[in-house]
Amino acid sequence: MLLVDFQKQLDHFSLEMQFELDREILALVGSSGSGKTTLLNCLAGIVHPDVGTISLNGREFFSGGQKPLKIQKRKVGYLFQDYALFPHLSVEQNILYALSRGTDVSHITELTKILGITGLLGKYPHQISGGEKQRVALTRAMAVQPDILLLDEPFSALDDANRDRCQDELLRIHQQWQIPIIFVTHRIADAEKLADRVLRIEKGQMTEQTADSY
Amino acid sequence: MMPYDLSPLWLSLRVAVISTLFVFLVSLVLARLINRRDFFGKSFVEALILLPLVLPPTVIGFGLIVLFGVNGPLGMLLEQWFGFRVVFTWIGAAIASFVVSLPLMYQSVLAAYEKVDPRWENVARTMGVSEWRIFRTITFPLAWSGILAGLILAFARGIGEFGATLMIAGYIPGVTETVPLAIYFAYEAGDMEKALFWVVIISSLGVAAITWVNYWRKKSAIRIGRE
Repeated sequence: MLLVDFQKQLDHFSLEMQFELDREILALVGSSGSGKTTLLNCLAGIVHPDVGTISLNGREFFSGGQKPLKIQKRKVGYLFQDYALFPHLSVEQNILYALSRGTDVSHITELTKILGITGLLGKYPHQISGGEKQRVALTRAMAVQPDILLLDEPFSALDDANRDRCQDELLRIHQQWQIPIIFVTHRIADAEKLADRVLRIEKGQMTEQTADSY
Repeated sequence: MMPYDLSPLWLSLRVAVISTLFVFLVSLVLARLINRRDFFGKSFVEALILLPLVLPPTVIGFGLIVLFGVNGPLGMLLEQWFGFRVVFTWIGAAIASFVVSLPLMYQSVLAAYEKVDPRWENVARTMGVSEWRIFRTITFPLAWSGILAGLILAFARGIGEFGATLMIAGYIPGVTETVPLAIYFAYEAGDMEKALFWVVIISSLGVAAITWVNYWRKKSAIRIGRE
């Protein structure tokens, strides 16, 4: 269970978040610059709220006045908006970067097959397309078997066929791992297909949407 | 047969290699601290590192004599603990080279670190990887082209150091006679041919270093930024 209740002052408004998330898929929608990525960054520990609390499965990520839990200890899988693939490492090295030798990688092998990136493993990020980078970054975020997945516009560069493939795989992973997944999207269709719940964020204020108010 | 004793060249190379090695290590740590941490007096520390760029070499030499002289605080410590003197030795020349080339290397390393997108480090952190391993496998390799350019500049600056070297190491042929000192004292003695010989040698080294750094910068500018 993810518990979020915090405030953070941004340049032009205050980001005020309060929600709970069980093992569900949550879509974040809202216009650009409304605070969606900042919310993901706060959950990952890259930036910190001013006041409030964030916890996952009883582990305190942030609690006002105490030292925040280090990013490394949060077990978060994070797909950045522009992928942030390591430019000097091959696709395979990117995906396996955090895994120690001898780790069972069968789930990753399966992922690479399903997402159609097996043929890219020896290539470098600058040699592959935007859609391919996105699938590689998605695989990398899932490779470490995180406790929560944060995906910042994970399907934006994909064509229809690959989008369907990635979304089906995400649903399968969710079914199998039973972890909370939060993804940012501008496409209502993505939210409708994947999300159990939808949060709209505008100028730092959130409102929960129901299926018929998309 | 070489027309002149080449010991000034070997000494200059030794001094520059050793000072560059220390400049490399110290710059990596200092630039990392300045780049990542905020602390009281940060601007002052940075100004102190860059100070040798604007000070006359004589002031640097004077400062080094005050610190490392026989009665200086560091000079006394080194003599008591390790039994060696800095003044009038090649170690003094290496320290002078270190001080004048540190700002060049520091600036290059800082610029190189700043080019490394913090998202790469952050994504590695979310994967549970330790800070040291992130530095080793992400930050350092991605900053390497800038660091290497800084190393070459620091080496070239170190090999050409004159004023502060003369003050702290003096001119002792065969002991502290580096190439720049050899040029100056050959000229003083009216031996223009010898002075010219060393001018050509050290100028060639300088031109080679700068040409290579420019080539490397252009080459790495094409490579970096291709994600």
